[in-house]
Amino acid sequence: MEFALSQFFQVLIVVFAAPLLSGWVAQCRAWLQNRSGPGIAQPYRNLAKLLRKDTLLAHNASPLFRGVPYILLGCMVLVAGIVPVLATDLPFAPAADVIALVGILALARVFVALAAMDIGTAFGSMGARREMLVAFLAEPALLMVFFTASLISQSTSLTTIVETLAHREFVLYPSMAFAAVAFVMVLLAENARIPVDNPATHLELTMIHEAMILEYSGRHLALIEWASSIKLMLYMSIGIALFLPFGIAEAGNWAAIPLAVIVLALKLMLAGAGLALLETLSAKMRIFRAPEFLGTAFLLAVLGMLIRFLLGG
Amino acid sequence: MVVGWWLVIGVAGLVVRSNASLVARLYPLGALGSLALSATALWSLQQPPNVAVLLLGLPDLPFHLRLDALSALFLVLLGAASVGVSLFAAGYFRHEPSGAAGLLCLQYHIFLAAMALVLVADDAYMFMVAWETMALASYFLVTTDHKVPTIRSAGFLYLLIAHVGAVGILLCFGVMQGGHGDYTFATMRQAHLSENWASAAFLLALFGFGAKAGLLPVHTWLPEAHPAAPSPVSAIMSGVMLKTAVYGLLRVSFDLLDAQMWWWGVVLLTLGLLTALFGVIFAAVQTDMKRLLAYSSIENIGIVAVGIGLAMIFHAYHLNMLAALALTAALYHCLNHAFFKSLLFLGTGHVLHASGERNLGKLGGLIHRMPWLSAMMLIGILAIAALPPFNGFVSEWLLLQAFLFSPSLPNSYLVMLVPVAAAALVLASALAAYVMVKFYGVVFLGQPREEKLKNAHDVGPWQRAGLLWLAFGCIALGLLPIFVISWIDPATSLLVEQSLGNSAAHGGWLFLTPVSAERASYSPVLFVGVIIAIVLLAAPLMKYIVQRREVRRGAAWDCGYPLQNACMQDTAEGFGQPIKQIFEPFFRIERHLPSAFDAQPHYHAKAQDRLWYWLYLPLARVIDLGSLLVGKLQHGRIYLYLLYSFLTLLALLMFVR
Repeated sequence: MEFALSQFFQVLIVVFAAPLLSGWVAQCRAWLQNRSGPGIAQPYRNLAKLLRKDTLLAHNASPLFRGVPYILLGCMVLVAGIVPVLATDLPFAPAADVIALVGILALARVFVALAAMDIGTAFGSMGARREMLVAFLAEPALLMVFFTASLISQSTSLTTIVETLAHREFVLYPSMAFAAVAFVMVLLAENARIPVDNPATHLELTMIHEAMILEYSGRHLALIEWASSIKLMLYMSIGIALFLPFGIAEAGNWAAIPLAVIVLALKLMLAGAGLALLETLSAKMRIFRAPEFLGTAFLLAVLGMLIRFLLGG
Repeated sequence: MVVGWWLVIGVAGLVVRSNASLVARLYPLGALGSLALSATALWSLQQPPNVAVLLLGLPDLPFHLRLDALSALFLVLLGAASVGVSLFAAGYFRHEPSGAAGLLCLQYHIFLAAMALVLVADDAYMFMVAWETMALASYFLVTTDHKVPTIRSAGFLYLLIAHVGAVGILLCFGVMQGGHGDYTFATMRQAHLSENWASAAFLLALFGFGAKAGLLPVHTWLPEAHPAAPSPVSAIMSGVMLKTAVYGLLRVSFDLLDAQMWWWGVVLLTLGLLTALFGVIFAAVQTDMKRLLAYSSIENIGIVAVGIGLAMIFHAYHLNMLAALALTAALYHCLNHAFFKSLLFLGTGHVLHASGERNLGKLGGLIHRMPWLSAMMLIGILAIAALPPFNGFVSEWLLLQAFLFSPSLPNSYLVMLVPVAAAALVLASALAAYVMVKFYGVVFLGQPREEKLKNAHDVGPWQRAGLLWLAFGCIALGLLPIFVISWIDPATSLLVEQSLGNSAAHGGWLFLTPVSAERASYSPVLFVGVIIAIVLLAAPLMKYIVQRREVRRGAAWDCGYPLQNACMQDTAEGFGQPIKQIFEPFFRIERHLPSAFDAQPHYHAKAQDRLWYWLYLPLARVIDLGSLLVGKLQHGRIYLYLLYSFLTLLALLMFVR
């Protein structure tokens, strides 16, 4: 029963606190750019506004288009049940290991890309094409990062990986350093962040993710925005769990969860501020620079894995 | 039991006879035969091998049959895939002119029967006879529309490569009989070849079966022959016939030669990776639906080869458990590919039939006209893009698990090579998702690009039944991997003396845990359940509680640009353009750009295979030159020929004394 509770608690926290993290990142960015910013609760206000508004569908929209926001949310909630964000004893985690996790994220992405092509507008198919372009390099890079970690722990189960990593002494492992750099690059690309994408504009030259969801409105758009912020939070939590797992509540340690919540909040605040700093310091790349950027991430991840084989570090 | 199986083929043979105008009605009977075949094969998976000697064949050279677990597994594959294809064909071939339809029906069933015979043959003679029957039957099927010149030349290329490959297989059997003159597989198993001879036999088999399967240097026939053939035929060729080559390779290298050398595995692994990457990159730039799928078949065969190669490496170092894991992944992928590739080929067949258009750039928006077909095809593309919870993902998952065990190999060079291979494999499968989004998005989504598409009709009942069967297979193979692995187990334990059996089912039927539960586990049923539950929870919640208004319909927003038409969507070329740019060195591209003053600008770009220019054309030129030189010997004068005979006699007398 306690297991199920920790599972349920974690999913709830991730799903409902995710917009807060997006708000925090936006606020940090505003501060760094000398603006006052909208406040960290702005994503909630946006969601509330979208839920109040009418939902408008294009004449040409098929049932696929209407179903995708729900499928996307379903995938993200599922991932929230698998990733050890707060605790490592998640009864649900054996349902999918890291490879399946990457698969579920890919499933969500393919559905969004298909929905983008469904209306048949120039922007939609452009967004789908660019998203798949980013994905076909980011996805292998992410998998290679996971492989490096799973070679250390002899397991592809995310909870086992995190438990193993949390118990190691704190030494800088070269393979994990490479993997960490690659992971940050993938995180930027997969969450539509500068330098790969700029979610704040509606310009043909810069849009990737926004171009795909241009035709969505009302509750559909709200679900998609919500799912995107859950995705950002999950990526950050995965990064934290892999590279800074200290403080996570371990199996059977029920009392550690409140502490874990506080530690996690601190870590996420730091990571969010770091993300805002990275975004402020870098400029948006041309779209054809993106494959080079992600190719670098992929190679770094493979190098990390090779170093693990060569040096055992 | 073999008798029972033989009856099934008899049914197929009977079906063949009656070339009446009701030919199309015969295909479901063939499908019934296929169903019976796969059921018997499924049952015989658990049985000890059955041997039979037929009273056919030459005097003193009877046909030997043997049905063991490996044959049975591939028979299951043949039966299960052909059920769907035959059902579809019943609807599809209805509109053929009756004379041609009868012939088509005959060839189709001979083709199926020949494949079944290949799978149960137990001597080289029988194997080659069945193999050649299969090649010829499929050649005639490919050239069904023999009035079109490109189809004739595609058929010729196919026949040529099939025969060059067959020569390789023949030589391989010649090497393996080891001088005994006895061509049954049983004696080949006993024969102990020296390392060099065994390697020669393996390389010959690799060449011969690789030519049939479409491994890299000899893949060129696939993208020509598949578009030429009628769709059900392409489905069988791609879904099943390529697997007979995989079967042959497994039979020769594991069963007959016992996969002794580790470098065989490395050769196969490298070749498979190159094939997979090559196939998927070319698939990304194709504009013809069926060519795209043909290149995707090349990719999938590459993945299967990677699995087999990895199994060979593990087997050579006596890590049989891991070999079983890799081999299970390869066999699982064979099954998967039979289902989803047949499904996709049949679907394109219907699109072609209903619209008369095979160019991706002229289709679009079919999801509104063909809701059934679109739903089936969606399952097909998600499966082939290796996305969970569909079947393509399971085999990829198993294969990647096998890769993660490579540190236990004793050879340190291999330990370094294998992760790079894993990276390349993952890249290929991520690109497959790109290709499939392009394929589905351009054909089925968006606005119709041509006026005539507005009258396109959905699939008929027979076709729907066939497609449903295959789509159901994709889902079932994806959701219940434990059962499927328990079918594959007898075959792996036959080849590498180990199977995943108990450890895979360790977590009950719900969890797939190939080695141990701590190491990895996967439970598609559970997480599909969660996704469905959330969708079912969120949708009514949104619709009836949070926001009670109905959705409105309006014009597309598209950032406020007012003039929108179907030409502004991405075509297949546009969608593939980034891949073309990134992987430019792979292609030989011919571009014709319009000049700035052109009144009717016309853009044309063609991406071609470099291997064609580097390997095939020079080879053809050398053969041409060689035959010219040989031709000089012939003058048609009788005294010259007498002189040749005399000189040969002299030479023989000198050397052979």
